[in-house]
Amino acid sequence: MRRNSRRTGSKKLVNTILAIICLIWLVPTVGLLVSSFRPASDILKTGWWTVAPHRENITKDQIQLPKDTDLRQPIEVNGKTYTDAELRAGVKAPDGSTLIWENRRARLINVQKPGWTMNTRFTLDNYEGVLTGKTYVLKQPDGSERTEKGSNLSRAFLNTLVVSIPATVIPILIASFAAYAFAWLKFPLRKTLFVLVIMLLVVPLQVALIPVSKDFSALGLNGNFLGIWIAHAGFGLPLATYFMYSYISQLPKDLFESAYMDGATNFTIFTRLILPLAVPSIASISIFQFLWVWNDYLVSLIFLGGQEDVQVLSMRIANMVGSRGDAWHLLTAAAFVSMLMPLAVFFSLQRYFVRGLLGGSVKG
Amino acid sequence: MMSSAAAAKRSVPIIAFWSVLVPLLNIAGHTAIFFLLRSSSLHPVLYAILAILWGVAGVYSIYWSFNLVIELYPDKWKRRIQPFLFIGPAIGLLGWLLLIPTVRTLVMSFQDASSSKFVGFANYAAVFTNRLLLTALRNNLLWVVFGATACIILGLLIAVLADRSSFERLAKTIIFMPMAISFVAAGVIWKFIYYYQPGEEQIGLLNAIVVWFGGEPQAWTSMMQPWNNLFLIVILVWMQTGFAMVILSAALKGVPEDILEAARMDGAGEIRVFFRIIIPYISTTLLSVTTTIIVFTLKIFDVVMVMTGGQYDTEVVATQFYRQFFMYQNFGYGSTLAIVLLIAVIPVIVFNLRQIRKQGEI
Repeated sequence: MRRNSRRTGSKKLVNTILAIICLIWLVPTVGLLVSSFRPASDILKTGWWTVAPHRENITKDQIQLPKDTDLRQPIEVNGKTYTDAELRAGVKAPDGSTLIWENRRARLINVQKPGWTMNTRFTLDNYEGVLTGKTYVLKQPDGSERTEKGSNLSRAFLNTLVVSIPATVIPILIASFAAYAFAWLKFPLRKTLFVLVIMLLVVPLQVALIPVSKDFSALGLNGNFLGIWIAHAGFGLPLATYFMYSYISQLPKDLFESAYMDGATNFTIFTRLILPLAVPSIASISIFQFLWVWNDYLVSLIFLGGQEDVQVLSMRIANMVGSRGDAWHLLTAAAFVSMLMPLAVFFSLQRYFVRGLLGGSVKG
Repeated sequence: MMSSAAAAKRSVPIIAFWSVLVPLLNIAGHTAIFFLLRSSSLHPVLYAILAILWGVAGVYSIYWSFNLVIELYPDKWKRRIQPFLFIGPAIGLLGWLLLIPTVRTLVMSFQDASSSKFVGFANYAAVFTNRLLLTALRNNLLWVVFGATACIILGLLIAVLADRSSFERLAKTIIFMPMAISFVAAGVIWKFIYYYQPGEEQIGLLNAIVVWFGGEPQAWTSMMQPWNNLFLIVILVWMQTGFAMVILSAALKGVPEDILEAARMDGAGEIRVFFRIIIPYISTTLLSVTTTIIVFTLKIFDVVMVMTGGQYDTEVVATQFYRQFFMYQNFGYGSTLAIVLLIAVIPVIVFNLRQIRKQGEI
């Protein structure tokens, strides 16, 4: 019994520690998500956590001073005098409330008292701003207005799809054909070529980028989708081939022999028998490759270049970070748009995703 | 049987005719589609659909049409040629995009900036003396030492905790989720956390916490060099710990329960059981996770580009490679840095080959 109670006690401790770790892991993403729905002016004024109930000074009343009040002289409010600097920082009145300028030019003062509050103003403007190319009006923290052009991320979203789908299907198809040959066909140099594939698994992309980009510009492949498909196909091949090989080579031998007896050719055995059997493996490696390409920044940076009509999400967002580093209403919404697809894949196909990843662990 | 007999009877001129025509048709057809797509001004959605269709169906049709030709050949020839149709495209792509470039990069690393004359080991000497390049090497070392260690230790800790907790699946999902998103998005997330603005009101979480405890807000990613690198490494840890956790968790579940029970019966405490039994039992997995994360960390690029662009002494080898190659067009330094990365992963290549040889796959 004593041992048991100690166990439940330690289980509580384990649960608490793990819950704290999970919370730490979750907070960054939650902060991004919450911020992406907050109005631009709020994001820069208050932290995103103020959407939760918290104590702060709340404006209970406003005092309108005469328009001709001289701000360089002591300012009289409710029978007491304050300086302009005090009113700017906020100053305690005798009754415990805080006096602070709401609008200095209009001579309007807020009377604030501490209390519980939540900042629950939410908006979809940020998403409209990043997804469409429209211009829209932004209210600044000081009340003035500014027009801004949207960043038209929907085009980049589409481009990312156009890059990712063929860049997933092409290498996996090619790799499956190769894996079948490595596993079940006899040909000279089979072992040597397979060792080569294994060696190329962890070769850093950087060793290939300069020569490949030279070749691509000679062939006119830089800056268009065909080029980046080929690049991603080549860079993804070693892992896809190895992954498909480890499945296809485990299939029972009789399967092939009986199919041969029935007069099937290698091509029909592969397309009618192997591919359908390998669907779970294909799903796993496809998800891995798809997310790899979707999240890629380096390869698109080098092979797609600066033209806006072909740029993918990661490039556009990285550019936004560089050019508009404090436009948090746009950055948070844009980052979340780019995360939509990976998160959807992750939550709907988690089992395949994990399996692909475990298989991909040799790549790194 | 019928088809092979018929194939054997087919005359040589017909086979030769198709053997020439099909490759020509493939080349002509795909080149035509490529130029049509490249110069078209279609609506983006339509363009996307056409491009996807072509990319997907195109590759399949190449295999299919070539296979038709091969099926015409006599059996003896068919058996010899067919494997090369199956591996041909893969080997071709690997050769063109990875193998030959590696050799070319190696050659370029011994040449000057414009690859016009050989300079011996001058680039390597420069990499190990130039202050900027040395900083990149030092930072990469920081990334590998701190990043990989933290990922492994945290991953192992969380795997052990999750195994004994009452919400294992949920916890694993939460820790693993950052793995799915891009480094660029993660960069935005963490830039927001580290955000610094002058004054009392901090909208960046870290500075808000510091201010709440009465501290001074800091510009985390640019101050206190070289320790600002640690704030970037945290992002890697946030993203990669889930990977270590999932794999180590699977290994932990493979430790036989009776060994653990026997040790506990003998009076070994949980900590002793962990270090004396569990750790040795999962050591192979631990090693392979470690090498994977080290290889990944060596190539780190996106995080640094997005967070600091390499400023404030946060440059790593991959970003310095990009700068030398793309901005300064110095192919000599660029290639040398790439080769340095390659040399760093060679032990892992050897390790992988050994693992696979052990499994009897070659």
